[in-house]
Amino acid sequence: MLSTLPLIPLITDPFEAKALRRAKQRLLLVSIFCGVLFICIAVSLVNLSFSSATKNRQYLLGAPKAYQPERADVLDRNGMLLATNLVTHSLFANPQDLIEPIVAAEKLAQTFPDLSFADLKAKLLSDKEFVWIKRGLTPQQYLAVNRLGLPGLDFKREEKRVYPKGAFAAHILGYTDVDDKGIAGIERTFNKKLSHQKEEVLLSIDERVQHILTHALTKAMTDFNAVAAGGLVLDIKTGELLAMASLPDFDPNIPQQASKEELFNRMTLGVYEMGSTVKILTFAMGLENGTATLQSSYDATQQLKVGRFKIDDYKAKRRWLSFPEVFLYSSNIGSVKIALDVGVTKHREFLQKLGLLSPAPLELPEMGAPLIPTPWNEVNTMTIAFGHGFSVNAIQLCASIGAVLNGGQFIPATLIKDGNKHKSPTPVISPETSEIIRRLMRMNVIAGTGTKAEVAGYYVGGKTGTSEKNSAKGYNKKSLLSSFIAAYPMYDPRYLVFVMVDEPKGNAKSFGYATGGWVAAPAVREIIAKMSPLLGIMPAAVDDPALNESLAVPIEFIGDTIADH
Amino acid sequence: MNTSLHRGDNSVLGRWWWTVDRQLLFATMLLILCGIIMIMAAGTPVAKRIGAPSNYFISHHLMVLPVGLLLLFGTSLLSPLYVRRLAVIGLLCSFLALLATLLIGVEIKGARRWINLGFFSLQASEFLKPALAVVCAWMFAEWRKEQGFKGWLVAIVLFAFSVLLLMLQPDFGMTSIVSAVWFTQFFISGMPLILVIIGIPLMVLGGVGIYHLFPHVQSRINRFLDPDSGDTYQITQSLKAFKNGGWFGQGPGEGRVKLHLPDAHADFIFSVLGEEFGIFACLLLIALFVFIFYRGVRLLLGEKNLFVLLAAAGLLTQFMLQAFVNIASSISLIPTKGMTLPFISYGGSSLLAMSWAMGMILALTRKRTSSRMRE
Repeated sequence: MLSTLPLIPLITDPFEAKALRRAKQRLLLVSIFCGVLFICIAVSLVNLSFSSATKNRQYLLGAPKAYQPERADVLDRNGMLLATNLVTHSLFANPQDLIEPIVAAEKLAQTFPDLSFADLKAKLLSDKEFVWIKRGLTPQQYLAVNRLGLPGLDFKREEKRVYPKGAFAAHILGYTDVDDKGIAGIERTFNKKLSHQKEEVLLSIDERVQHILTHALTKAMTDFNAVAAGGLVLDIKTGELLAMASLPDFDPNIPQQASKEELFNRMTLGVYEMGSTVKILTFAMGLENGTATLQSSYDATQQLKVGRFKIDDYKAKRRWLSFPEVFLYSSNIGSVKIALDVGVTKHREFLQKLGLLSPAPLELPEMGAPLIPTPWNEVNTMTIAFGHGFSVNAIQLCASIGAVLNGGQFIPATLIKDGNKHKSPTPVISPETSEIIRRLMRMNVIAGTGTKAEVAGYYVGGKTGTSEKNSAKGYNKKSLLSSFIAAYPMYDPRYLVFVMVDEPKGNAKSFGYATGGWVAAPAVREIIAKMSPLLGIMPAAVDDPALNESLAVPIEFIGDTIADH
Repeated sequence: MNTSLHRGDNSVLGRWWWTVDRQLLFATMLLILCGIIMIMAAGTPVAKRIGAPSNYFISHHLMVLPVGLLLLFGTSLLSPLYVRRLAVIGLLCSFLALLATLLIGVEIKGARRWINLGFFSLQASEFLKPALAVVCAWMFAEWRKEQGFKGWLVAIVLFAFSVLLLMLQPDFGMTSIVSAVWFTQFFISGMPLILVIIGIPLMVLGGVGIYHLFPHVQSRINRFLDPDSGDTYQITQSLKAFKNGGWFGQGPGEGRVKLHLPDAHADFIFSVLGEEFGIFACLLLIALFVFIFYRGVRLLLGEKNLFVLLAAAGLLTQFMLQAFVNIASSISLIPTKGMTLPFISYGGSSLLAMSWAMGMILALTRKRTSSRMRE
C-alpha cells in the first residue's frame, strides 16, 4: 500500500500552483502540435506506399491469351509468307537489384560473345534502374541467361519483324525499325494497316516469279560484271507487278548493315534516260497522230544537227528507211523525224497521258520523280524521241509500254493483289495502233536486236535499249545502261518483262558487246521460259502460220534484207 | 528475486516496481528490441561496404546495450532530487567534454564531434541534451516560486553557452534540437506570450542567418527545395527503399535498396525498416513513439511538481523531436538532417544518452505521495 510510505503533507505555494496549471495547459498545446507533426509523417508514408506498391507488382492471372501479333504479315499473291512477327525475349537489368555486378558482367560476356565485358560492367555498375543488355534473344540464348540464375536480370517479351526469306523482295517489303514501325517499302506504306488494323497485306508479287527474276538478274550481273541490275514482270492486263527486283539487294532483317547502294531501289527510286525502249512510244504516237503509217519512210542519209548536238544512228545505214526499218534498226534519225512530224505540244501531251511526266503512283515510298526538261523545246522533243534528255523510272516506262501493247488502255502499276480491280483504265491509243506496235516488236525479236529473247512457242516481242550513262563529263560511251523490254505472247500480250543492267562489260560469249540485245535479252528469255510453265501459260505451236500471219509486218523493205542483220 | 514483488515490499526494488509506470517501461523495452532487429538488418550492408565484418555493428550495439540498460534502470530508481543532482554533474561533465572535443576531437567530414577514447567514440553533445533539459527545468521551476530567483537568466546563460559550444563543432542538428527543447520548456514554464510572438520570428531569422552563413546548410536546403540542383543520392535512395518495400516489405534481409543507402544503420535506418518490413511496420513503430510521448504527457498532467513536469516534458520533447526529424528526413518531408532515431539507430553515445534520458523520464513519472521531490 502506498500508505505505508511516509506521508508528507502537501505544501502548496499558490504562486507555484498557478504556474503548474498554466504549464499543464501549455504542455497540452505542445503535445497537440506534436500530434500534428506525427500525423503529417503518417500521411506522407501512406502516400509513399500508394505511389508505388501496385506498380511494382505484376501478377500473372489465368491462362495466357491466344497469340495476337503486334504487326500483321505480308504475303505474296498466293498467300506465301514474306514478312511476319516472331516473339522474342529482350534482356534487361536493374543494376540496383544486382548483388555482384562484376560477376554478372563476366557471366553475360561469356554467354554473349558479341557483348564486351567493359560495356556490360559499365552498364551494370551504373545507378540507373533499367539498362538494356540485348534485344531479340534466340530461344537458346533465353535459356542460357535463365541458367545463369542471376538476380536483377529480367526479360521483356517483345516481337521482332522477321523476313524468313532474307533478301528476297527486300526492296518491295522494306523494313521496320527496332520498335516495329515500318520505315521503308510496303512496311512503311502500309504501316497503319499492318500495325494498327492488324490486317495482312496481300501483294501482287508471285513468289516464284520473283525468284526467277532475281536469279536471272543475278546471272546477268555476274556474267557481264555489271555494277547493278534491275527488272520487273508486269501483268499488263491488270497492272499487277508479279515480280520486281533491284540488285545489289540487302537483308531486311538487318537493314542497318546494308549500304546505300544496296538499299537503293533501282526500279522505283532510280530515274534513268531509258534510251531506245522509249522509241516504242514515239512510234505509237506517230501512228496514233496519223502523221506516220506503216508505209511512211524517212531520210536517214545524214546525221541531224541541232545547235551543237549531232544526232546519228548506231551502225548508220545512210539511206532512206521505211517505217518498220526505223524500228528494226532503232534509227535515232527516223525516230526524231516521226516525233517532229507530231510536234512538240502533242508529244508532251502524249507522254503525259502515259504517266511519264509525273511520279508513278506505286505503293512504295521510295519513288523517284521524273526529270523533265523545262522549257520543252523542239530540241527536247528530238532527244526524247529516242529516249534521251529526260529520265523516268522503270515503273513509268513499263506501265506506258504496257498501255501501248494491251490494246491502248493505261493501267497504273500496283504491288497489291487486285490493286486495280475497282479502277477503270484510261484509253490512250487505239487498238489498231497497239496492234501495229505488237507486230513491230515481234518483228524485232524475229529479225532485229531482240533475237536472244525468243522462247519457242511464246511469240515474244521486244525492244532493246542501250543508253550511254550521263556522267559529269558528258555521255560516256563505255558505261552503258543496257535494257530490254519484252511482252508475250504477242498475239494477245499479257506479261511484260523488263530487264536493265547497269554498266555491263562485254564478255567472250557476247563477242565483247554489252548492249541490251546481248546483255538483257537473254535474261528476259530465261525469265519467260521459266515463269510461263509455272503460271500455266501454254505455248502455242512454233511457227504457226496463222499466228505468224497475224503478226507479220506487211511491207516491203527498201534496201538490203533483214537477213543481213 | 524469484518471487513476485508484492505491494507491501518496502525494498528499493519493490517500491520501484509498484511506482514506476510499467506501460512506459514496456514500451521502451519494445523499442530497444526493435532497435536490435533493425541494426541487424541495416548494419550488415554498411559494415560490408566499409570493409568490416558483417556483424560489426550489431555486436558493438549489443556490447553497449547492457550498459545502457543498466543506466536506464539505475536512473529510474532515483528520486527526482537525485535525478537533478546527477543532471547537474552530467551537464558540467558535458561542458568539459565538449571543450575537450574542440581541442582533441576527431575531425570527420569537417566537424569535430567525437572524442576517441580508444574503446569508444564519445559524442559529448548527446549527453548535453538531456542534462541541459533537466538543469534548465530546475531553473525555470525556481523562477516560478513565490520567492524564486531569476532562474530564467541562468537558463539563458546555460543555453547560450551550450549553443556556442555546439556551433563551434559545428553541429546544427544538435543545436536545433537543443534550442527547440529549451524554447518548449521556457514556453511551458510560462514564457510571456509577448516573447512567444517575438521569439518565433527571431528563430526564423536565426534560421535564415544560418542558411546564409554556412554553405553546407545552404546546399542541403537548396537540394531539398529543388532536388535537381545537386546530389540528392541519399534521399533518392531512401524514397526508393520505401517504394520497394510497399505495404508489407520485402522481408527481413531481403532489402536491395539498403545495399546502396548511405548511413543505412544510423540516419536512414527508418528507410530500411520501410523496405524490409513495409510501411505498415513503419506506422507501427511511429505508433510506439507516439505512445511513449503521450503516455508521458498524460502522467505529467497529473503531476504536482513544476520541476518534475518541466524536466520530463523537456526530455519527452527531445525524444519525440529526434524521432520526428529522423523519420521526416528519411521520407523527404524536411531537408536531410543527421539525427539518430532513439533506441533504433546505431550509435553508442546516442544509445547511452537516450537510456539515461529515458531512465530520468521513468524516474520522474513514478508515483509519489508528495509534490516534493523526496519522500
